[in-house]
Amino acid sequence: MKADATLDCIGLYCPMPIFQTAKKLKELEPGQVLEVLADDEGIKVDASAWCRATGNELLDIEEEAGAYRVYIKKTK
Amino acid sequence: MPEKVTLVVFSGEMDKALAAFNIAIGAASMGMEVSMFFTFWGLNIIKRNEGSIKSRGIMRKMLNLMNRGGSRRLPLSKFHMLGLGKWMMGKLMRDAKFPSLDDLVAMAREAGVKFIACTTSMGIMGISKEAFIPEVDSFAGVATYLAEAKEGKVNLFI
Repeated sequence: MKADATLDCIGLYCPMPIFQTAKKLKELEPGQVLEVLADDEGIKVDASAWCRATGNELLDIEEEAGAYRVYIKKTK
Repeated sequence: MPEKVTLVVFSGEMDKALAAFNIAIGAASMGMEVSMFFTFWGLNIIKRNEGSIKSRGIMRKMLNLMNRGGSRRLPLSKFHMLGLGKWMMGKLMRDAKFPSLDDLVAMAREAGVKFIACTTSMGIMGISKEAFIPEVDSFAGVATYLAEAKEGKVNLFI
């Protein structure tokens, strides 16, 4: 999947990935997609909860070799 | 209007402080408006680490000597073992690239979390405003907490 920006959260535990995601998404324009790389398993469930709470759109989570690529579309 | 989250931070141990800041930073990152009310032993978390803390009267002087506080002086609530357990926990946290309590305090501020110190506890224990880190937004009482908590969906006591 194509992303407009990538955020590397490999090796970081909760709440760092969502803290960084919230910060990074502020730099993007509505409609743009952020790719978050993380290896804390909590991100799988946290990413969708975060999107639900903030109104952003979770496009996809790809899993490979114990790491996750999370794609979030900024909606507003 | 953003949803409100309030945390009463009553405990002064490092592990409990970590939990409180973890939730505060998470909530702020989810667009919620977060207030942390530090009361009783929880005030130790937001005391400055440097310098001495002055107070009047022999009992308060003794209390503040034994209960100096400051983010780097907090014990663990379990397995503190005269500081050995805390040192080990600190090492594990650093190895896991987990932020220190000081880093979490800075992150919380950056995310817009408000810090409020309880004036009743300060008065009873003889702690002046000068004892605290400059990040403290206000010094207030229970009405301030309740006014926020009434509008909050998540209100926790730690």
